[in-house]
Amino acid sequence: MDDSTVLSLNPVADDQDSLFVLAEFSDQQAEKTGYSNYSYWGSTLTMFLRNKLAVTILIILCAILVFTFIQPFLPNQFDPVKIYFNENGRFLRNVQPNSVHWFGTNPIGQDLWARIWSGTRTSLLIALFVATWDLVIGIIFGSVWGYVREADAVCEAIYNVITNIPATIIHVLMAYILRPGLRTMVISFCITGWLPTARYVRNQIMIIRDREYNLASRCLGTPTGRLISRNMLPYLVSVLTLRFAMSIPATITSELTLTYIGLGLPVSIPSLGNLIGEGRAVMMDPAARYQLFFPCIVVSVIAISFYLVGNAFSDAADPRNHV
Amino acid sequence: MRYTLRRLLQSAVTVLVVVTTVFCMMRLMPLEGYIGESWDKLDATQRENRLRSLGVLDPLHIQLGRFYSQIFRGDLGVSTRYRMNIPITEIIAPRIPYSMQFGLAALFFSITIGCTLGLLMARRPDGLMDRFGTVYITLMQSVPLLVYVLIIQLYGSQWLRIPILYREDRPETWILPIVVGSIGGIAGYAVWMRRYMVDELNKDYIKLARAKGLSSYAIMIKHVLRNAFVPIAAYLPASILFTIGGSLIIEASFSIPGMGGLLVAVIQRQDNPTVQALILVFSTIGVIGLFLGDLLMGYLDPRIKLARSGGSR
Repeated sequence: MDDSTVLSLNPVADDQDSLFVLAEFSDQQAEKTGYSNYSYWGSTLTMFLRNKLAVTILIILCAILVFTFIQPFLPNQFDPVKIYFNENGRFLRNVQPNSVHWFGTNPIGQDLWARIWSGTRTSLLIALFVATWDLVIGIIFGSVWGYVREADAVCEAIYNVITNIPATIIHVLMAYILRPGLRTMVISFCITGWLPTARYVRNQIMIIRDREYNLASRCLGTPTGRLISRNMLPYLVSVLTLRFAMSIPATITSELTLTYIGLGLPVSIPSLGNLIGEGRAVMMDPAARYQLFFPCIVVSVIAISFYLVGNAFSDAADPRNHV
Repeated sequence: MRYTLRRLLQSAVTVLVVVTTVFCMMRLMPLEGYIGESWDKLDATQRENRLRSLGVLDPLHIQLGRFYSQIFRGDLGVSTRYRMNIPITEIIAPRIPYSMQFGLAALFFSITIGCTLGLLMARRPDGLMDRFGTVYITLMQSVPLLVYVLIIQLYGSQWLRIPILYREDRPETWILPIVVGSIGGIAGYAVWMRRYMVDELNKDYIKLARAKGLSSYAIMIKHVLRNAFVPIAAYLPASILFTIGGSLIIEASFSIPGMGGLLVAVIQRQDNPTVQALILVFSTIGVIGLFLGDLLMGYLDPRIKLARSGGSR
């Protein structure tokens, strides 16, 4: 309230009549209390931008992502799978990082810099695909599971069977049966990843499905799909974005594990898992250790960035933290 | 009690479904895996005879029935490639103690150190310890375990001047595998413990205890910590699954003669029956772990009603 309203309400003690004059209706004044300029996404953005660390990391992360995808088109880049030879025709074996090969070369003369970015590209594409899949399937399955009472038993049985087995074992089994490769790996990650999301969506929907406002909506004839997507899912935005962000480092971890034990991607496709495996092979030679460190550093930076940005965004997206 | 039985039944059904699925999927594998090295030397009829004598060409349901009757007699079949014609139980049995010791030790350190860390973090939120713990948890939960395995293996062995791989006669070589086996679990328990403590310390009974003049220390010991087994039990199943998954790379990296390393080895040799047997063992451990975790939770905290209450839905 501004000063003028306060002053006008201040009664003048001996002028009784003026107290009983009808107040004029003012559109502007009426709007003043009824209107709030709160917008969910606006507040989320404001909250997120307030977290300086997260913004910095987000910028770094975006830079890495953009660079990963434009790197092959930059001038003076090497081919990630081509073997390079020196002028005597011998291949450039374990060349230390220098001005030509920025990250050095591996034991068979491939350029590590190009391989790392190519590997990051592969691993990130897998991770992004799997994360999107997890989110979509998790939401759909979780909604059905939480909303449709008849489906509860069946969904719970499916959930129990898959979660009871360690995810790594499922990945190993799938890779063993379907022949290791990119497609197999993506399929096996898609089998296990969506379960926690589905479980969470189910629990939340069960809690809010019979709240009064949903009851009212249902009585008014809102279709079920809209009831779920408009009334319920917005509640979950915060945690769902967190799960999306978390599933990227998780997928990269699984890719690393699987490729490391020999059931992931073939050596012909550079991936972060393959590169770390190659680095491990030459680990005992102190001079060649850079081949282990560079991929490890890239993996760590990407994983930590997604983790921190995801956490910060999920905090910002939680309406309870909004002003 | 009724719940226990129902949960037991559910676990049994899960194991059954898993065993059947794994078995049927294994039948989709190329048949080389059943004969071993001599596959290339045999002609088509010889191959067929061998496969027939192994029973691999029979209809699926007959194979499945035979497989179950074998399992109930404690027979997991014979290895084909890893160690020719040796019963799988004989291959696995000597390896179980290694995996068990390693897993239990990792679990023990995860729980004790993780809970202590969570406790210290919760004691003064936003304090020095809390910040340190948060950084640790972030690092552990985002960076892949494999990176830590390799770095710790490389520098830990140099720093402690111990062999880089596991050796039977050198007990100190256990240190590094157990360290990498428990660092992830420590973070997991610390998260649970911290969240639990912060929730708990805001509750009314703590305010009452404080109002009647108990010291913070006494409140911690007498009231809060008594209930702390609940979050531990709640995280236990997840950490068991985590330990199993981690044991694959850890045992393979340190060449510990346990079951995780064995699985990696037999996969590389394409030894179908052994892979099948190991997957069954690991899945069963997973199911049992979750079952025990659930039971423990219901037992420790009578407020948690595990049986589905009819009213709310």
